[in-house]
Amino acid sequence: MGNKFLVFIEQRDGEIKKSSLEVIKKGSDLAASQNADIEAVTIGDVVNNLENIGGYGISKVTHIHNSELSNFSVSAYSELLISFALEINADTILFANTAMGKDLAPPLAVKLNAGVVVDCISLDFKDGKLTAARPVYAGKAIVEVESNLDKSVYTLRPNVFTIGETSDAKAEVVIKNIDTLNLANKVVSVSKAEGKLDVAEADIIVSGGRGMKAAENFGMIEELADILGAATGASRAVVDAGWRPHSEQVGQTGKTVSPNLYIAVGISGAIQHLAGMQSSKYIVAINKDKDAPIFQVADYGIAGDAFEVLPALIEELKKD
Amino acid sequence: MKIVVCVNHVPDTATKISISSDQKTIDTTGVTYVLNPYDEIAIEEALKTKEAIGGEVIALSLGNDSNKESLRKALAMGADSAVLLKGNSSLDSIVTANALATEIISQDSKLVFMGKQSVDYDSSIMGQLVASLLDYNIVSNATSFSIDGDKIIAEREIEGGKESIETSLPAIVTAQKGLNEPRYASLKGIMTAKRKTIEEKDIEISESHVVVNIMKKPEEKAAGKIVGEDASAVPELVHLLKEEAKII
Ligand SMILES: Cc1cc2nc3c(=O)[nH]c(=O)nc-3n(C[C@H](O)[C@H](O)[C@H](O)COP(=O)(O)OP(=O)(O)OC[C@H]3O[C@@H](n4cnc5c(N)ncnc54)[C@H](O)[C@@H]3O)c2cc1C
Ligand SMILES: Nc1ncnc2c1ncn2[C@@H]1O[C@H](COP(=O)(O)O)[C@@H](O)[C@H]1O
Repeated sequence: MGNKFLVFIEQRDGEIKKSSLEVIKKGSDLAASQNADIEAVTIGDVVNNLENIGGYGISKVTHIHNSELSNFSVSAYSELLISFALEINADTILFANTAMGKDLAPPLAVKLNAGVVVDCISLDFKDGKLTAARPVYAGKAIVEVESNLDKSVYTLRPNVFTIGETSDAKAEVVIKNIDTLNLANKVVSVSKAEGKLDVAEADIIVSGGRGMKAAENFGMIEELADILGAATGASRAVVDAGWRPHSEQVGQTGKTVSPNLYIAVGISGAIQHLAGMQSSKYIVAINKDKDAPIFQVADYGIAGDAFEVLPALIEELKKD
Repeated sequence: MKIVVCVNHVPDTATKISISSDQKTIDTTGVTYVLNPYDEIAIEEALKTKEAIGGEVIALSLGNDSNKESLRKALAMGADSAVLLKGNSSLDSIVTANALATEIISQDSKLVFMGKQSVDYDSSIMGQLVASLLDYNIVSNATSFSIDGDKIIAEREIEGGKESIETSLPAIVTAQKGLNEPRYASLKGIMTAKRKTIEEKDIEISESHVVVNIMKKPEEKAAGKIVGEDASAVPELVHLLKEEAKII
């Protein structure tokens, strides 16, 4: 294990996902530490700026191409990926822990007889063995695991592995055209959630809870999010009340997020909510109850009324 | 048609978790276990599908005797029968997947529902693994599902949107919230469930290849700072975010 790395690059609408760039950088650092080979592969129709991954440390990328592959097809993508991994004899295969990554890592693990570890928050060689850490029980515990098979597949949690320095090196792009596809499973259309940033991928999230009192008051949450270039999130209480869509729910039965900054407004900090956001790098809480559990995980807090603090915060940030 | 629904028995989400002395598993004393929340949605979808196209619903769980509680709940909601595969579930999902796949084959089921994620190890790959083992089609994170003959039309949630999918039987579908509203078990359902027997099977558990070195609690965060108690604290907060955290 650890002799030949392969990174899967996820594209949506022809653009490389940021979470894949994180995986490329992490993969290239790991490979460099072992003097091992690494290459990348992507699947799609048009994929823009592929050569730029050179700047993240990988010098060769194969673009498996067919015009029918612009949308995801788990049957086609997994077949193509399995044969590519076998062809180059990859033994350590990395994905981002996204909906697509979690659909592709398992078939690869099964058909390559590889170990699979999902949702890694760290991945490093210890005593020559690749060791992963991942949260379990909604982040209430962390396990450190190792695969003892010759091949292994890992998915890395988005927003955890930092990209750091990049260069303007260019990668060699090899196009591999494919004629026949297994489209037993086919995405016929993709609908975007109102063109908004998704909580799972955002650097900054502004979340509102029941303390916001009513659906219409979320205008303030949205305005603050706009100013910060943030995604809007929600507690389950407000999703259940129908004030916000389920796609915004953060927590154990919603999304797990680890943005750089998480601002919780009128959210008490129930254990199930904390489960989804406590690995955020910075947490700000605005809650009028100074004993609310959210303050136990917050880096900064204002123990005050959201209806006074939010407008002031919006004004202050608009000054810039 | 035989519809299998896989159900897991997991610690209640409100449970405090502590690590046992082996430092590899959790200390289960005092932990309340419940039917995995996503599996309730999976059961509901299996029942709705049976109501629409006929057939029978078989609830399947791998675990120990206490898993019978969750199987019982599936029966109370309306499942026709239940099977318990006796063995400990491993952090290596492939081990559980192998056992579930073997049973699905022996049941000759071509449509399987699961939850999108167990709230214990939070892996969310069981459906995909079993589908690959059986060469079945997979729809993960489903938020809508319909079947016509052997054709399946479904929607799944992805980052920032939804994908509409066309596929066909045999298939595994993993349930995401929003797929349906799980029904409550009726009193009659609960009474009938009590009389049903849960079939228990001893199985071979394959070896775990993903091994746990250590399980630990996440590092405690240092206590934060309450910057103030009203809007007058806002400038200081913004200052801290810019200068100390350097985050905005
Ligand atoms: C199986 C299960 C799964 C769950 N999964 C999730 C999940 O994924 N995500 C999730 O979020 N929850 C989840 N929950 C629910 C969770 O237990 C809480 O009920 C929920 O998080 C509470 O939401 P809240 O903080 O918005 O509301 P509340 O707990 O009601 O808190 C409202 C807060 O607003 C504050 N407030 C009120 N007025 C103001 C004001 N004017 N200004 C400032 N602050 C104010 C109050 O002090 C209070 O702290 C789950 C529960 C279960 C049982
Ligand atoms: N021990 C088990 N017995 C039966 N079904 C299981 C078991 N573990 C996981 N599953 C199923 O697989 C789904 C996803 O689980 P996981 O991949 O472990 O997060 C769950 O929602 C269940 O439907």
